[in-house]
Amino acid sequence: MTSLLGRDRSDRVYRRVLTGFALILPSLILIILGVLFFNALPALERFGPSFLWTSTWDPVAEVYGAAPMIFGTLASSMLALLIAVPLALSVAIFLTEFSPRWLRQPVAFLVELLAAIPSVVYGMWGIFVLIPFLRSYVVPPLKALFGWTPFLQGVFYGNSLLAGGVILAIMVVPYIAAVSREVLLAVPASQREAALAMGATRWEAVRSAVLPYGRAGLIGAVILGLGRALGETMAVTMVIGNRHDISLSLLQPAYTMAAAIANEFSEATTATYQSALMEVGLLLFVLTVTVNAIARILIWRVARGAAVGSKAL
Amino acid sequence: MVASANTRLRLETSRLTARFGQHRAVRDVSLLFPAHTVTAIIGPSGCGKSTLLRCLNRMHELTAGASVEGEVLLDNVNIYAPDVNPVELRRRIGMVFQRPTPFPTMSIYENVAAGLKVNGRRPRPEVDDAVSRALQQAALWDEVKDRLHTSALELSGGQQQRLCIARAVAPQPEILLLDEPTASLDPAGTQRIEELCHALKRLYTIVIVTHNMQQAARVSDYTAFMYLGSLIEVGRTEEIFTKPRVEQTEAYITGRFG
Repeated sequence: MTSLLGRDRSDRVYRRVLTGFALILPSLILIILGVLFFNALPALERFGPSFLWTSTWDPVAEVYGAAPMIFGTLASSMLALLIAVPLALSVAIFLTEFSPRWLRQPVAFLVELLAAIPSVVYGMWGIFVLIPFLRSYVVPPLKALFGWTPFLQGVFYGNSLLAGGVILAIMVVPYIAAVSREVLLAVPASQREAALAMGATRWEAVRSAVLPYGRAGLIGAVILGLGRALGETMAVTMVIGNRHDISLSLLQPAYTMAAAIANEFSEATTATYQSALMEVGLLLFVLTVTVNAIARILIWRVARGAAVGSKAL
Repeated sequence: MVASANTRLRLETSRLTARFGQHRAVRDVSLLFPAHTVTAIIGPSGCGKSTLLRCLNRMHELTAGASVEGEVLLDNVNIYAPDVNPVELRRRIGMVFQRPTPFPTMSIYENVAAGLKVNGRRPRPEVDDAVSRALQQAALWDEVKDRLHTSALELSGGQQQRLCIARAVAPQPEILLLDEPTASLDPAGTQRIEELCHALKRLYTIVIVTHNMQQAARVSDYTAFMYLGSLIEVGRTEEIFTKPRVEQTEAYITGRFG
């Protein structure tokens, strides 16, 4: 009997140790949040909520306002989604509904491989390939057509909101495409059949049955892409121009929260400067965690708890 | 062919063979479905009865690796001829599946109207009429007329299945294919669907696949018995169930196998 009792005790110990390890990871989120908050406290107290909408960023005078970075982060992410969503959804719909069977896996694999390219490589490619391409082939026709709008004012020197947005778009396409594809695969075949049996064409079946069924999950996929875009740092820093300035023009340099933290942390010699950057980090943290939480809830709702999207997350 | 008699010919298969890859799910079946009758296809699981049904509106070919030989004639036109558009064909042949398949994001009204939409845009009053007519034909109108714009998912399983029948008949097809339509329903729901078969054959030629022999006996005018992909026997339902000519049919309907 004693040996039986002993085994029972070791099982219990084992379980407790594993439970402890399993709890460490989720609690990290709270710890990071706490550290950011306490370090940001001096800036929070000094600048108050006006930190969010003032534009001065002057380390000499110790006055900080994050509006240009918040604007740049949101603007570059929105531009990225504007380009990436149609592209990624087309890829996902093509792969699940129209592509020949033998082509599905290879194309899905290659699209997802885009997510494996290191950010800094995207940045370098952005500087040496994308920006010259934009300068020669994209900006001139855009200016000719829409030069009268406020979005295309000024001279295009290369590093700009446009370049940042396009780089981000390329980087988030694989995430949106992969999750959308899995959402579409999770739509029951009976829904497609029901539409086709009514005399719907393939495209009508996709539009009237498949897309509505997966709607919440597809929105989730897009929001997940948004979360990625908001927090992306290296590639954006390399092409967006890093200027504390709000300009509606896509051709002008801008700044993002992530880029500012990466660029300025080593120069942040005063306590207030550091604290201001911490507050930017706190904002970015809360923003991306919230966006990701919303995305996952939406995806989970379509998949009903199945592991849809987990591969890409 | 017992079933040829003097009714007008609508739908007929001629030496129809359907494959999944190498497997022959339907073997050389020639069968006539007289107009405005209910024909039941019975047989044990895996006998090819659903596959045969899915050949009649060219749904079978949507499965990967599926192929068809032989002919299906609709008013003497082979629906597998190269110039026949399967999408147009399916607009003339409604289909209802084993499990109810309402579109979950659409209201009751939109579900019924969905079948009309793919047939081209129509003015709103015309759609309203068609939707209420279809729901009346499916014996669902009285239950849903006050909540046409609520979600289709709020209906019970039996009501959802009748909604699918309404969706299938809304564009006024000529033929209605029912693939084990009561498989997921309770007895009350099953009875409603069976009553509908009787009522709807005035308007449509109905083909129903069922594994339930009592159901076949209750709803159909003609019964075809299939086994291992082959058509064993077809005839008037009362003859098939009272004095079958083939030993295998008798064995199946008396419950000795299947």
